[in-house]
Amino acid sequence: MARAIRPIPELYEAARAGERRALGRLLTKVERGGDEADRISELAHPDAGRAHIVGITGAPGAGKSTLVSRLVSDLVTGGKRPAVLAVDPSSPLTGGAILGDRIRIDEGNDPGEAPSSFIRSMATRGHSGGLALAVPLAVRLFDAVGYDPVIIETVGVGQVEVDVVGAADTAVVVMTPGMGDAVQANKAGLLEVADVFVVNKADRPGALDVRRDLDLMLDLSHMTGQESDTGYRPPIVMASALNGDGNDEVWAAVDAHLAHLDETGSRQARRQHRIRTEVRARLEQAMARAADDAMNAPDGATWLGQAERAEIAPTQATQHLLHVLLQPTKEVPS
Amino acid sequence: MSDAGQIRIILAKLGLDGHDRGIKVVARILRDAGMEVIYLGLRQTTDSIIAAAEQEDADAIGLSMHNASHMTLAPAMVKAVEAAELDTPVIVGGIIPDEDLQPLRDAGVAVVLGPGASAEEVAQAVRDAVASA
Repeated sequence: MARAIRPIPELYEAARAGERRALGRLLTKVERGGDEADRISELAHPDAGRAHIVGITGAPGAGKSTLVSRLVSDLVTGGKRPAVLAVDPSSPLTGGAILGDRIRIDEGNDPGEAPSSFIRSMATRGHSGGLALAVPLAVRLFDAVGYDPVIIETVGVGQVEVDVVGAADTAVVVMTPGMGDAVQANKAGLLEVADVFVVNKADRPGALDVRRDLDLMLDLSHMTGQESDTGYRPPIVMASALNGDGNDEVWAAVDAHLAHLDETGSRQARRQHRIRTEVRARLEQAMARAADDAMNAPDGATWLGQAERAEIAPTQATQHLLHVLLQPTKEVPS
Repeated sequence: MSDAGQIRIILAKLGLDGHDRGIKVVARILRDAGMEVIYLGLRQTTDSIIAAAEQEDADAIGLSMHNASHMTLAPAMVKAVEAAELDTPVIVGGIIPDEDLQPLRDAGVAVVLGPGASAEEVAQAVRDAVASA
């Protein structure tokens, strides 16, 4: 692709100055990972740390995109500069993806004016581990160039997606009537991470049942001592995002949760947890690469070959490969 | 497939044209060809498409046109891309009379795909347009 090559620091400064094209290009590099992504991370790091990071998740079709579009519209009207990272799954067979979240995102900006919001679609690209690296970095970049809040929207189906949202300052879980009882939601592991529940499509039959089930689950958390140390109980907001009902209340609940974090000093704890999760994901990726390298190294291939010919047990080969893997070969950067 | 080669294409209906069966088929074809399709759907404007192209760092813009407005809107899209200082190729698909093919190319449209194009032809045309952009 013959494109004007601009160095990363130049792109970063342009993005800080509000150039959307530069930010778009940087996000592509973030998605690809590798050395360029690391450089962007290091550039953005000193400027980041201000934005309120909000994760929004729920089952497919729960109305996340619609809700996000209304929230973005209201935030823009209120003078904020929201960024949205909309994560959608890639096809495991072809690696392709249809990223359709923008279709519902009416940005609330005046036609002809530069939009103050920024929306980026991100495909999972088959490796959920990649998501665990790309999402925190993309969020840091949005934060560093001045977007606040940063909203991450994921389909709450996989552990990584749940982890990504759970690592936000405020995690919003969107539920709908007719999706099974609270036991189903419990299975998905979404209930533990929620700071705010939204019962969307609340104009439909069964919405009050969802609310009752959620209340019951929260009561159980209280009885079994699983609620947060600070006594915070996630509110349940009834909404109909498409009609606009309850959207103000959703954002009020999100704001109230942030205020609670600030009051109790838990925001710092969240941030530490988030950094810890990211560092761990990066280490795991580095270790996976090291494992591949070890298996291809001459020593490693010898042990692997013996295991393949069934001369030694796979467990023995692993022990030997572990020694190969842990040979210090690379200098630690200062 | 390496991420570096991943094509990201915007698909949109520009203006007042509700015929979106074709664009949905094309979205599926391109997804199955391993591309990331950013689907904007109906009633887009040149401004909204440019905003999406910038934010999504799109490699190509695909317009589906079935209401005979292509001679007005497709060149307007090309001009908007140039005005935004993007190098994103504009690809047009839909019901386009033969006599309009050359004028559209002269106006800067990278490729025009008609109703007879096979899935392979559509995917390859996008790859070629992106490669020569």
